[in-house]
Amino acid sequence: MLGIVLLACGAPQATVDFNRDVRPILTEHCIACHGPDEKARKADLRLDGIDLAKVVTSSGRLVAPGQTDTSDLLVRVRETRRDKVMPPPRHGKPLSTAQVAILDAWVKEGAKGAAHWAFIPPQRPVEPKVRDVGGRRRNPVDAFILARLEREGLAFSPEAGKPTLLRRVSLDLTGLPPTPEEMAAFLADTRPDAYERQVDRLLASPRYGERMALEWLDLGRFADSNGFQTDTGRQMWPWRDWVIRAFTNNMPFDRFTIEQIAGDMLPGATRDQIVATGFQRNHRLNGEGGLIAEEWRIETVIDRVETTSLTWMGLTAGCARCHDHKYDPFTQKEFYGLFAIFNNVPESGTLTSNRTGGNSDPVIEVPGPEHDAELARLNGVLAKATADAALQSKRLPELMAAWEAGEKVRLGEVLWAHLEPTRVKGVSGSHYTRQADGTWLASGNNPVHETTEIVAPLVAGPLGGIQLECLPDPSLPVGSLGRFSNGNFVLSRVEADIVGADGKRTPVKFVRAEADYSQNGWPITATVAGNPAQGWAVDGPTRKLPVKAIFLPEKAVAVPQGSTVAVRLVQATLGNHNIGRFRLSLCRFEPGRASLKGEVISAQVREALLAEPAKRSPAQKSALETHFRATADSPLRQADMAVVNARKAVDSFQANLPTVMVMKEGPVRPANVLIRGQYDRKGEVVTATYPSMLPNPGLAAKPDRLAFARWMVSPENPLTARVWVNRAWERFFGVGLSRDSGNLGTQAEYPVHPQLFDWLAVEFRESGWDMKRLQRLLVTSTAYRQQAKVTSDLLSKDPENRLLARGPRFRLTGEVLRDQALYVGGLLVEKVGGPSTRPYMPDGVWDETSVYGDLRGYKHDKGDGLYRRSLYTVWKRTAAPPTMLLFDAPSRETCAVRRSRTNTPLQALALLNEITFVEAARGLAERMMVEGGDQIRSRLDRGVRLALGRPATDRELDILESGLKADLQRSRADVASATRLASVGEKARRAGLDPAEVAAYTLAANVVLNLDEFVTRE
Amino acid sequence: MNNSSLLAMGDRLNRRLFLGSSAAGLAGSAALADMVATDRADRPWLAGTPKAKRVIYLFQSGAPSQMDLFDPKPGMVKHLGEDLPDSIRKGQRLTTMTSGQSKFPIAPSMFKFARHGNSGTWLSELWKYLPRVADELCMVRTMHTEAINHDPAITFVQTGNQLPGRPSIGSWVSYGLGSPNRDLPAYVVLTSFGSGRPDDQPLYDRLWGSGFLPSVHQGVKFRNKGDAVLYLSNPPGVDAMARRATLDRLSVLNREHFGAVGDPEIETRVSQYEMAFRMQSSVPDLLDTSKESKSTLDMYGADVKRPGSYAANCLLARRLAERDVRFIQLFHMGWDHHGGLPNAIRGQCRDTDQATAALLTDLRQRGLLEDTLVVWGGEFGRTIYSQGGVSADNYGRDHHPRCYSIFMAGAGVRRGYTHGVTDDYCYNILEGAVHVNELNATILHLMGIDHERLTYPYLGLQARLTGVESVKPVKALLA
Repeated sequence: MLGIVLLACGAPQATVDFNRDVRPILTEHCIACHGPDEKARKADLRLDGIDLAKVVTSSGRLVAPGQTDTSDLLVRVRETRRDKVMPPPRHGKPLSTAQVAILDAWVKEGAKGAAHWAFIPPQRPVEPKVRDVGGRRRNPVDAFILARLEREGLAFSPEAGKPTLLRRVSLDLTGLPPTPEEMAAFLADTRPDAYERQVDRLLASPRYGERMALEWLDLGRFADSNGFQTDTGRQMWPWRDWVIRAFTNNMPFDRFTIEQIAGDMLPGATRDQIVATGFQRNHRLNGEGGLIAEEWRIETVIDRVETTSLTWMGLTAGCARCHDHKYDPFTQKEFYGLFAIFNNVPESGTLTSNRTGGNSDPVIEVPGPEHDAELARLNGVLAKATADAALQSKRLPELMAAWEAGEKVRLGEVLWAHLEPTRVKGVSGSHYTRQADGTWLASGNNPVHETTEIVAPLVAGPLGGIQLECLPDPSLPVGSLGRFSNGNFVLSRVEADIVGADGKRTPVKFVRAEADYSQNGWPITATVAGNPAQGWAVDGPTRKLPVKAIFLPEKAVAVPQGSTVAVRLVQATLGNHNIGRFRLSLCRFEPGRASLKGEVISAQVREALLAEPAKRSPAQKSALETHFRATADSPLRQADMAVVNARKAVDSFQANLPTVMVMKEGPVRPANVLIRGQYDRKGEVVTATYPSMLPNPGLAAKPDRLAFARWMVSPENPLTARVWVNRAWERFFGVGLSRDSGNLGTQAEYPVHPQLFDWLAVEFRESGWDMKRLQRLLVTSTAYRQQAKVTSDLLSKDPENRLLARGPRFRLTGEVLRDQALYVGGLLVEKVGGPSTRPYMPDGVWDETSVYGDLRGYKHDKGDGLYRRSLYTVWKRTAAPPTMLLFDAPSRETCAVRRSRTNTPLQALALLNEITFVEAARGLAERMMVEGGDQIRSRLDRGVRLALGRPATDRELDILESGLKADLQRSRADVASATRLASVGEKARRAGLDPAEVAAYTLAANVVLNLDEFVTRE
Repeated sequence: MNNSSLLAMGDRLNRRLFLGSSAAGLAGSAALADMVATDRADRPWLAGTPKAKRVIYLFQSGAPSQMDLFDPKPGMVKHLGEDLPDSIRKGQRLTTMTSGQSKFPIAPSMFKFARHGNSGTWLSELWKYLPRVADELCMVRTMHTEAINHDPAITFVQTGNQLPGRPSIGSWVSYGLGSPNRDLPAYVVLTSFGSGRPDDQPLYDRLWGSGFLPSVHQGVKFRNKGDAVLYLSNPPGVDAMARRATLDRLSVLNREHFGAVGDPEIETRVSQYEMAFRMQSSVPDLLDTSKESKSTLDMYGADVKRPGSYAANCLLARRLAERDVRFIQLFHMGWDHHGGLPNAIRGQCRDTDQATAALLTDLRQRGLLEDTLVVWGGEFGRTIYSQGGVSADNYGRDHHPRCYSIFMAGAGVRRGYTHGVTDDYCYNILEGAVHVNELNATILHLMGIDHERLTYPYLGLQARLTGVESVKPVKALLA
């Protein structure tokens, strides 16, 4: 092309520049068949080299410098015969006359080639001399921009008004608008550097890190779920908090890079540096039944290579997964050379559990200060309980003497006595029939979820536990134990009530469960863990053997005379997985005595008990003591139990400390080229390599991950600094210096301001990769500070504002829109970091298309969690926050380099009606009434100042006032409706405000919060 | 023009697409009129006269069993319980749900098949109503795909890639053709659960997502709970009159600001708010089926009265088609039958049979089948061998990507035709293989789109729905 920019902005320059003018033509029209992809290459001819004058063709020279008639390239593109002309007509991409003219001029001028501009390490260009008649140059950025503007006969627009400017830079740097008070202070500050002082204030704000993290979370595909199929939860927020801290503390970008790629491999790596590598573990993880683990481990590694290449180098390495890159000189073998660098993580490739999710190894614990305090407290409890037990154990002889007599009597009793129910019934309709052996067999309808109720009389005395036996039956599917088609069942939990003669129900709380068999991943302990997504299963499809389980309370429950027991077997974890045949028994001893084996007392204890106390052997004494401590209800047992419980609390606290998935370098795994990118089609063996198209002088031939990370930020690497600079430019000016911030490969647009691009890249690197400094440079430039007014002349000359003869103006992202609304509505709760929050979300977003996993049954938080900044909102990848998706947020399933900025009716509906925005309007209404004096106009003016950072115009006040009066009339006429509007959301209305008035102001605020000016930073 | 200039063009084109659908509100903008006039030139993928103006895609999620529904294999009965011969399996990969099985016992379908209509189309006895429209069907018995697990497979059918991040077929069509309807989105999605397991295969936003295309092209999923379209209802205590009044104020203030700043994006925003307001009545109007005749409702079956059922969604699909919505996609869940297949599949057919047949009949009666393409299909097929035990009337089937059946009907497809031949075990394709990319290319072709030219610049590539390898629309399926 002579791109949009050239065509739009004036005559082409005198000389042809290979990278700017010629390469795009070759790339678009020729390279697919005459490029790096060996398999697609025709006539053994490559046009992607640097020195095309040396290329020989079958009929002579491809290009002969200065001689257009003998240059094969020109001969062929000028051909008129359909079978000779290039590109071939069937290719569908003929050259235009203008393009042929460029090729012609290029050959005439000597046909000089060059490497792709982005692959050449940037050199700092000399700042251009500009006339700068208006004296507008503030820093070197302006000089480069001005030079181009002057060439095009354009000039900078006037500086934006102070209110616009402060709102613009506040939103850009912190994601929140200025308060009226901050605005007033800025307006009153007449010092020449008043604006720069504001910029420094904003850069130092903790909000800055939160705002900067947003784009990085898209690149790092950060989410709170695992992303495949059941899409269960995970915990990566400690990594998210690391990112926020890194930006807030202005971590140099080279460290920021190295720590996220290979922080774990740094000598003496700190916990923080290891947490940073969570970037490389944010990929999705699959746990679908039937998957092949190695296939998904390979996908994970490939995802890492693709994400790292895109994020740091703007390279679409993924294109070379299946074949040599079509456009960039990057072979499939080199892709797997990068693959080998990321291939050595000791990971399985799959999720630990497809239902409950969680983090998969390798992980690291990330206790915070609050955790340290809690752990100290729990350890204190344990120490005290241990001391207590030691004290109690001194009373052992005395306690045992009192107990022995009774124990001898109990020797003859049965531990588990069968229960003879008077009624067995399925709440959802299953029918149960008593069998000769006292078991009950289910038949009839097999409902989705069943609760089996068993009622039976009891004799008075202690009740220490319930035993459930499940048995196979030929009438059940595959002759097994369960009613699901494969013969399995899942028991969710067991509940029981003692019902007294007077009808009083005493629930028995089961705290412990044991079974003689549990299916892997479906342990019996799940029945007392209180998680509805889990349960006990028994490999019904394959095992088909009787199983036993017991359910025990903390202490035996006393059963009064004339009571019955009502037991409920709840089977609600999986659909139709109901028990087929079962029997119940009860234990009439302390639960400590109950065991699956059914023996009350072991032979050794029995002997010891019957022996004369004086004649007991030491072994017998010790056995008896153990038996006593384990089974008899005594002060000592209570002390022992307290120790057990305290230890359990410490263990479970430690097991539940927040973790984050991180990188770890295991033994080097062999790596191969994968033919067509398929995990099971192994080609040539490869070792770790740098991409050969980029300079890597003097480096080890086989880089490990750390060496690779260091190379990324070495001065030789031409891409890393450019990519970051381009992204920064895109953030502040709307479009990158080269348009696609995700791609600086050979297909990338030739930059609009190539010299400025190089200058910034060098400046960034030489400043010590100082991110804040780079941003300060950009936002304090005249280019940034211009007003955004669009004239028809500017619109036609430069529709996208690439040349920057006016200020950048674009819609805010979904996150900033929500944060801003909460903030001006006085609702935003500012707290940096922590577990993800659950703000309002419409019913059913998680559940309508999935009933799997732990992320379902969404319930929004109460209080603060509703009003935190949007980057903390829980992110389920297969059902992401719907409002964010409407505003072009990616799903975070893979690395996303760019969001589009659409303008749609669904966005209008969200801003008008979504509860957060309506509650924010109510909040703003209340602020107008409380902070805006008692005149309608002064209140409305307050609202405009809060939202837009400027006073309202008279015209605006006229429109809003007449609307408000009409609304007020309506509200007073229908107080019920008005009160409903004035009560939207969970935040209580401020005391003393008239609901009818609040409603009317809420509608006014609703208008203000939907103004184009509000949803745009201009 | 290279990629980046195409990208710029794509951005402008997108802006125009929303403008184009609400241009009436902006008459007088010369730039706009100009842009609309060059539409065709900006859509180099438009090729020939489209046969189908719109698509109704009845997606059957979970993978319906082809040999129990469409592809009779009577010869299997004598092999009941025998091991699948290696000569058929040829060492193909299996999911780890069955790869540990020592035997692969053949489970013949327990359902009888018969020929129906003048065309003699084979259908199993599970279908009670579908035979009535047998002559409308274009049956494809030889679909095949690349993935073997649900998530990647359904993502592949919808986006042409097993991994997420790509636009779905409906989004491509929205991008390629825009929307002829001023008051409704171009791509609407409706979902329903099967009567079988409530915890069957889930669905994901990405299946109707716009990937790297602008989000205006993402499918709008009509919800079965709360507002059918997100945030459609006014806040509590705000009626339509109050809303109109606030919008009027908003428009005046926004236009004032446009006067001061001159950014055309402001004008666009004003028109989007107007479309939002129109949707607040057009969507309820769409959903209000109270004026449908009794005979129509009866045709769809009793379930049609239950919102969120497959039958109710089929009726909505027709109403959406009448309103010229471009791409209408139903997702019906519950076809993943690893065990207890006979019972479960009976339930699925009960859910869908009558309404599917009714939809085709209804479209035909109203003349809509002429220019509406209907597609029925899932993400892969199922194995002839049983997962777990097998008896004559109870078996289960594992995933099978090597062959499966779908059907199409309506605009531009061959009626009463059955395409392709699978082997005796319904395991391999003998002739007439149709790859997922070829099916998608065929759908685009019927809509007047050259699938190779419907591209979008993404990270330096001209990305398209149908993958990098060259495929062609399947001529044999075309009328």
